[in-house]
Amino acid sequence: MAVLLLAEVTDGALAVDATAKAVTAAAALGDVTVLCAGASAKAAADEAAKINGVAKVLCAEDAALSHRLAEPTAALIVSLAGDYSHIVAPGTTDAKNIIPRVAALLDVMVISEVTGVVDADTFERPIYAGNAIQTVKSGDATKVLTIRTAGFDAAGMGGSASVETIGATADPAMSEWVEDKVAESDRPELTSAGVVVSGGRGVGSEEDFALIEKLADKLGAAVGASRAAVDSGYAPNDWQVGQTGKVVAPDLYVAVGISGAIQHLAGMKDSKIIVAINKDEEAPIFQVADFGLVADLFEAVPELTEKL
Amino acid sequence: MKVIVPVKRVIDYNVKVRVKADGTGVDLANVKMSMNPFDEIAVEEAIRLREAGKVEEVVAVSIGVKQAQETLRTALAMGADRAILVVAADDVHTDIEPLAVAKILAGIVKEENPDLVICGKQAIDNDMNATGQMLSALLGWSQATFASEVNLDGDSAVVTREVDGGLQTIKVKTPTIISVDLRLNEPRYASLPNIMKAKKKPLDEKTPADYGVDVTPRLTVVSTSEPATRQAGIIVGSVDELIEKLKEAGAV
Repeated sequence: MAVLLLAEVTDGALAVDATAKAVTAAAALGDVTVLCAGASAKAAADEAAKINGVAKVLCAEDAALSHRLAEPTAALIVSLAGDYSHIVAPGTTDAKNIIPRVAALLDVMVISEVTGVVDADTFERPIYAGNAIQTVKSGDATKVLTIRTAGFDAAGMGGSASVETIGATADPAMSEWVEDKVAESDRPELTSAGVVVSGGRGVGSEEDFALIEKLADKLGAAVGASRAAVDSGYAPNDWQVGQTGKVVAPDLYVAVGISGAIQHLAGMKDSKIIVAINKDEEAPIFQVADFGLVADLFEAVPELTEKL
Repeated sequence: MKVIVPVKRVIDYNVKVRVKADGTGVDLANVKMSMNPFDEIAVEEAIRLREAGKVEEVVAVSIGVKQAQETLRTALAMGADRAILVVAADDVHTDIEPLAVAKILAGIVKEENPDLVICGKQAIDNDMNATGQMLSALLGWSQATFASEVNLDGDSAVVTREVDGGLQTIKVKTPTIISVDLRLNEPRYASLPNIMKAKKKPLDEKTPADYGVDVTPRLTVVSTSEPATRQAGIIVGSVDELIEKLKEAGAV
């Protein structure tokens, strides 16, 4: 069995945590070859070569592969697919954009957001916002999957795989990049942070979200938000935790002013310790919280921030 | 310009999901079903494009059980012009896989020749997030997934996408597939007069065989189980007690 794993490469840099977690899942399937693609990908490829369990790294550099556009990246993966039994990627928005396209080009079903590898053909994945776990067995010649990274520990660093440079395929030239709007932040990345502090509709305004951010900074945490908070404009879209946002499983998750809709719980209920602060004692979030505090967040959160 | 909008009949997003005791799936008998919320956003966007004069016709398509005609009537009541129902299953528990759905949609696209397909990014039942990307691949079209803003501009579309790091804007050549995210728009409710009018709008019925598509699943469901439940926690009385408990647990 041989696995081709699409590394998460953004502007030439490897997202080590997401890629290393996918390597852990992929290593159970066979020898792992990591593909780093981008306008510049050499530094990412050298970094990926150090992930334990990686047998080989392929580095494809081409202007068409910049900005993670789906069409050229999918074409590149399909050109390599013949050598592999499995094609795998961490379940990032980039991979969710690219990998189903790869699967259809190979005439196979994609298996999205895998949380468990049973054997080479059989995988576990959450359905219905994580309210059920389905085990599926694929009858396809090539298995094409994305990995829910929150379900796997990151492979360690210390390997020294070989790096081979490969050419890109012809650019289908169907899409062009216009711009990225990426918020600069010194905080840890949401999906890999050890602590996450999230705010919901109860926070009430964009200005008051500063309360959440101050507590997060005190804890060295990433900041998250419920869909209600994002829809209301209190927080940017890339902070959304839930069924269709980011799925996190930190050591500590602090939910502030979040009622706990099933769509939100889907994104955080595998956290090790969950703290809920909400003035409504009936809020469903308390059913999944290890420690619940029924209180006005505008009093409790500043007090918590000060005393920690 | 013509737009095709695929819509899926799924369990209503407010309904608590129950796994069947025999582990074969989720119980969908006598459960409230609705249009997939992302598909409502797709229908709304298509209608707004028509209202803005950029699109002439909006065709809603659903693939699944016969009851999906209710979902199509909802799309028609919102403002779609006509509908196509592809009856591909008898049992409400049968989920047609995204690959088969994409193949049927590709067949419909070849007959209808739209310039645009707008779909939801994900169905809230199987959570696959795949049909739009797969359809795009089968047609050899461009794709713009997870859209939060769409601007049609001649033979191209400028689309802002919700991605992990924030937002990305790309320009795609039409014909294209756009899959929509939550923040694109807020779907309208169908008014009673429009619900009545929708009953008279054309709804064609087809089968997968009409498009030469085999819907046999590629993935066999081995089992469906309840997720692990969390141990019940405790309610603390004060911020001080919370900090004490977190320290005991080694969390801070």
